[in-house]
Amino acid sequence: MQNTSLNRRNFVKAAGAVSLVGTGIFASGCATVGGVAKPKVVVVGAGFGGATAAKYIAMWSEQGIDVTLVERGDNFVSCPMSNLVVGGSSNLGNISVAYGGLDKYGVRRVKGEATGFDATAKTLSLADGTKLPYDRLILSPGIDFMYETLPGLATGEAKNRVLAAWKAGPETVALRNQLTAMKDGGVYAIHIPKAPYRCPPGPYERACQVAWYFQQAKPKSKVLILDANEDVVSKKGLFMKAWNGQYKGLIEYRNNQEIQDVDARTLSLKMSFGEDVKADVLNVLPPMRAGNIAAMNGLNNSNRRWCQVDWLTYESTAVPGVHILGDSLQIAPAMPKSGHMANQHGKVCAAAVVALLTGETVNQTPMVANTCYSFIDDKNVVHVASVHRYDAAQKTMVTVQGAGGLSADANALEGVYANSWAKNIWADMLA
Amino acid sequence: MKSLHSFARTAAFAATFAAASAFAQTAPASAPVDKHLARNLAAQCANCHGTNGKSVAEVPSLAGVPANVTIQKMKDYRDGKLPATIMHQLAKGYTDEQVALIADYLSKQPK
Ligand SMILES: Cc1cc2nc3c(=O)[nH]c(=O)nc-3n(C[C@H](O)[C@H](O)[C@H](O)COP(=O)(O)OP(=O)(O)OC[C@H]3O[C@@H](n4cnc5c(N)ncnc54)[C@H](O)[C@@H]3O)c2cc1C
Ligand code: HEC
Repeated sequence: MQNTSLNRRNFVKAAGAVSLVGTGIFASGCATVGGVAKPKVVVVGAGFGGATAAKYIAMWSEQGIDVTLVERGDNFVSCPMSNLVVGGSSNLGNISVAYGGLDKYGVRRVKGEATGFDATAKTLSLADGTKLPYDRLILSPGIDFMYETLPGLATGEAKNRVLAAWKAGPETVALRNQLTAMKDGGVYAIHIPKAPYRCPPGPYERACQVAWYFQQAKPKSKVLILDANEDVVSKKGLFMKAWNGQYKGLIEYRNNQEIQDVDARTLSLKMSFGEDVKADVLNVLPPMRAGNIAAMNGLNNSNRRWCQVDWLTYESTAVPGVHILGDSLQIAPAMPKSGHMANQHGKVCAAAVVALLTGETVNQTPMVANTCYSFIDDKNVVHVASVHRYDAAQKTMVTVQGAGGLSADANALEGVYANSWAKNIWADMLA
Repeated sequence: MKSLHSFARTAAFAATFAAASAFAQTAPASAPVDKHLARNLAAQCANCHGTNGKSVAEVPSLAGVPANVTIQKMKDYRDGKLPATIMHQLAKGYTDEQVALIADYLSKQPK
């Protein structure tokens, strides 16, 4: 079995015919695993976790597994690098990627909204009534917001006035437009919820990007960071250096800023302690939880917010046959909710799902690594990196001691590498 | 189960070294016992170095680079002998055995 697949792989390579894999020429050779129909994997979400898993399952099984990818969006818009759009040094086109690159791997793309699944019948339901059968279901829906905690943001109108812009797309541009429309001398305030939330350094990077824009165009304006956390959650020293250096007087940071509610009409925050805070552009990141498809279907077995998985396979500990990736997970210690992580989850899960469906052994020693680059201005960048290994005794991922770390200082070379990272990770998911 | 697994890893490691020391760029005579482990580990480098080590941007490709070259660079990063923005921190996260598996896998990928 192993030899057969190896030979086929070598043959494909030797023939220099990688592209033939996508044409179905090898379909007859791959169509059956042990004499039965091809196993089916359905993936929800063509973001960092889902697109990666779909591509790698198709690639690593050499199309021996039938992969269907369900996504509601028309094209991928990256959250990483989207703060540069807010700051004005980039645009939405630069951070958008078509899904069509996955076609050559044989991934079947379905545009639609997944609404639920039947774990017994093993089908995924879409809003249009379609039912997709699966042997393994993979969900990487990202986050959704706990708007129930902020009644003032209940209406669509309120959400449009007080943006989150924490899912890249039209809201990213809308926030940019609010900033360009703001008078010089105005205040941009960003509220950060208590951790865990998507992308720990992301809000601080955004504050830097807005300050960079103000420095160019609206020097009398101010950036106010209202952090519900006790302290800067990520890259503290590096961000503080920028706030006390190139952005001195422009950025003010306040910790322990819990809010009760938001008043979208007056653009103000009702603080848990102290007076209301008013801004000219108010950007609120509501508390987050696992994406709806996971949170609404009993997979959120951690605090009713996040999903617990077996770190060897990313299979839910609540519902068998369903795997979960990315931001929706209850993270292991020191594992951030990042695109880089979600991409790595996608590959560990892909390897495990291929193994499970072809009767091979699941890797018992998976590793994942993380890197988050943050832009301090339009060119200079800082990073935080970590490496994580599976600990069999604790049944969780632990950081490899002595590995990882931070940039010494913001620098332009890492600006080049951060752009390179984005291009390579987007291609690793979607090309 | 556990001992079986570490046996497989040791065998793969030995096979890797045999292949690497002979600078074998053609298909090895016998398949490595645990070929997926190398593939799975190497996939972690793809976020920055491209799928199967083929970069589409400024960070160098690792695909088709002789295994001993990658192994040496990873050692030098780890020991602080090569200037780096990030590889010195990542290289410390992997054992020699893991680096050898990754390097061997990437050496066999098309440039
Ligand atoms: C401003 C900002 C900056 C960031 N910067 C970085 C960075 O520099 N580096 C980094 O590593 N990470 C960064 N992140 C974090 C990163 O974006 C997330 O961690 C990552 O997107 C998580 O991947 P995911 O697969 O869980 O979700 P996503 O990438 O959000 O993918 C989820 C996909 O599922 C789709 N979907 C959801 N539900 C359904 C449904 N029911 N039916 C159909 N489709 C559905 C969505 O449309 C979406 O396309 C940043 C985030 C933000 C907001
Ligand atoms: C976060 C991005 C990132 C990840 C992940 C990453 N690298 Fe790198 N790699 C770089 C960068 C950036 C450089 C250039 C040196 C530097 O600044 O650190 C580099 C350089 C290298 C080089 C030297 C290439 C040359 O031609 O000189 C090797 C070898 C290498 N990396 C191996 C690896 C391996 C093996 C892995 C996976 C275990 C890996 N890298 C994961 C970013 C990354």
